[in-house]
Amino acid sequence: MATEITRRRAILAATLVAAACLGIFTGSASAQGELRFCLRSEPKTFDPLKVEDDASVAVRYLTGGVLLRMNRQTQALEPELAQSWKVSKDGRQITFQLRSGISFSDGTPFSADDVAYTVQQLMDPALHSPTGDAFRSGPGNTETKILSATQISITFPAPVAGLDRQFDQVAILSAHSGKKEMAVLGPFMVDDYKPGATVLLKRNPNYWKTDAQGRKLPYLDSIRLDIQPNRDVEMLRFKRSEIGLINSLDSEYFDKLAATSPQLVHDAGPSLDSEQMWFNEVAKSPLPGYKKNWFRSANFRRAISQAINRDDLARVVFRGHAQAAIGPVSPANKFWFNAHLKPETYSPDAALKALQGEGFRMENGTLKDKDGNEVTFSVITNSGNKYRERMATMIQEDLQKIGIHVNVVTLDFPSLIERMTQTFDYEAILLGLTNVGLDPSEQMNVWLSSSENHQWNPSEKSPETPWEAEIDRLMRAQASSADAQKRKESFDRVQEIAIEQAPFIYLVNRNALSAVAANVQGASPVILVPQTYWNVERLAVK
Amino acid sequence: MNPWRTNFWRNLACAVLLLVVGLSLAANWLAPAGYARQFREATDAAPSRVHWLGTDEIGRDRFARVLYGTRISLLLAPAAALLSTLMAALVGGLAGYLGGVWARAAMAMTDLFLSLPWLFLLITVRALLPLNVSPLFSVLVTFLMLGLLGWTSAARVLCSSAGSLRESDFVRQARASGVRGARLFWIHVLPNLKAVLLAQFWISIPVFILSEANLGILGLGVAEPMPSWGSLLRELEGLISVGEAPWKFVPLILLVVVVTSFQLMLSKQEQAA
Repeated sequence: MATEITRRRAILAATLVAAACLGIFTGSASAQGELRFCLRSEPKTFDPLKVEDDASVAVRYLTGGVLLRMNRQTQALEPELAQSWKVSKDGRQITFQLRSGISFSDGTPFSADDVAYTVQQLMDPALHSPTGDAFRSGPGNTETKILSATQISITFPAPVAGLDRQFDQVAILSAHSGKKEMAVLGPFMVDDYKPGATVLLKRNPNYWKTDAQGRKLPYLDSIRLDIQPNRDVEMLRFKRSEIGLINSLDSEYFDKLAATSPQLVHDAGPSLDSEQMWFNEVAKSPLPGYKKNWFRSANFRRAISQAINRDDLARVVFRGHAQAAIGPVSPANKFWFNAHLKPETYSPDAALKALQGEGFRMENGTLKDKDGNEVTFSVITNSGNKYRERMATMIQEDLQKIGIHVNVVTLDFPSLIERMTQTFDYEAILLGLTNVGLDPSEQMNVWLSSSENHQWNPSEKSPETPWEAEIDRLMRAQASSADAQKRKESFDRVQEIAIEQAPFIYLVNRNALSAVAANVQGASPVILVPQTYWNVERLAVK
Repeated sequence: MNPWRTNFWRNLACAVLLLVVGLSLAANWLAPAGYARQFREATDAAPSRVHWLGTDEIGRDRFARVLYGTRISLLLAPAAALLSTLMAALVGGLAGYLGGVWARAAMAMTDLFLSLPWLFLLITVRALLPLNVSPLFSVLVTFLMLGLLGWTSAARVLCSSAGSLRESDFVRQARASGVRGARLFWIHVLPNLKAVLLAQFWISIPVFILSEANLGILGLGVAEPMPSWGSLLRELEGLISVGEAPWKFVPLILLVVVVTSFQLMLSKQEQAA
């Protein structure tokens, strides 16, 4: 009997040792569990080149392999599938040295052919790739030249601003795999999709990265993405430990969660997102002439800006999880933020004095212009957004102190957009801007006076003011230069002009708030999207 | 049916409604801070001696907002109900009295109105209105819209009632005595619709209160900083549990109490009749 037990023990021990050894060689011993979190909408596509919506961006981030990746923590560009890269001085050409010995999830080998194929697809006008738009800098064809199996050069018809950084969004497709876009180079691959319910991602067995100890990444076995548009339900599920992460947490929920489980919530500081207000400066708008004169006066706009207590907005509306905005770029954008700019000082007295200098006068607590018109205007915001409604109500009280009467109007979003872009029948709008990218070229559509998204006065045939002409020139100059320092100088000046002229009155930059369950290991939330799972290959669930 | 018990419930409902109306009318004295003042150093505060029901997210006194919101909802909902009942009497009553092609045309129009998704219609109408209007004007417009769009169900009931009156003996007798047209309608038909009109009026009040609350929850309706029950109910959106801040449920409790009182008054009135 004793011999039998010893033999069994020996077999068991041998099996365990064999399993452990196998684990070391295959990396499966390091795989740890399933991570669950919510997507707030249905992914519209799994084709990485057609991605436009947030849910599809999330799936692309988790599954797509890219040549270069911006480190979400340091904001520096790091090599991924490309070992090294070089951008030409004229900003038109980029040459990549690729890693060798890498395979797609289905086993197809990765080479320069795949990069050439991806770029051709990306730039194909018939595909209308939103990711490709960032590379379309001028008329003409994009040329790819395969120098070897691991070296490729791509030449664009005109300089592309921040060319190398744009490749952070380009997931490489396989030129030869029969699985098309489902063959991936990222840490995970789509295993199952139930429309309206879940997207199940499984670890890519051929993922090329290893950790410092040589263990294969990713650590997780799978990721289950539950499609859940309701934030209340998402929060409840997190509290019940049914999901492990929440990105972009609401400040109210953040505080509630912090009260009971402070170790689970993370405030990464000001994000790139801003909340702003602007006046209608469209010459052909149906507003009375005297109001057009107010709104087109930089001194009027700056006085309004001075009379708004931004610190109160950040402290009260966002419960301290926001910072008073300084200008068009959040301080979170480490490279492009103009550090010489100072926050607007809240001063109703100075605002009133500036307005009096413009001919306005106070009569019985009401501000009147030089023609005797009472200064009153409406601020529209989208209905259902309680934060914006609260900000508008607080601005209403702030401006009442200098005799300006503000009517707060909440409209459904389509009606608001129609007034903003079609009829121009509005006086002021309060909305937010969600910034995903860091590069100023991504804001060209806002700053160029000819753009449809130049909100305060869209689609100008030629710049209507000298300062808008100057912004046009500076934005084009930065977009056509490959010299990062020169680009920064141009964009710094754009930020200064934006403060001097106040076409947008920047209010606050919301903080990046997130929650990570106690059993999720390796998470280090940051301000950039995707805040909580930017290092997904190194996350583990215990 | 025990008349004492019937009267007791009706009287209790009446007393509750009178108390609520009385409190709301006394808002200027009971809550001198007003509904708009922002105590920014005491936001989202729990009940205290200074703020009996605490403060909202931007520091406004919740007790004052409940009182003023009650005043707005309780005074304007009956006004909207009156408007819709009058319109229903005009369209439904007249169509029923005239009968034939008039009745069919009026009912076809009523069916068309009933088939419209009223919430979207209200949102559209609100979007078309001028923006630069005072909060008071926005309140009036909101209830005016509710009144103008809320007459259809009542019109169907009145059309049917007027139709049966048209064929009644006393109307035939009046017609035989030479009473015709508008005089017959005003003197003989309309007074006999009084009970139905009253019932429709009472039914409409809670419906309009809830409709305004629905609009308020969507962020439409009464403009800031003016409160209404709808805007006050929005505070419940982010609550995870009742125990978290039970005082925030006061507007909801008040709404339930008032609507129940209206229903109680109406049903007991019907039973008594």
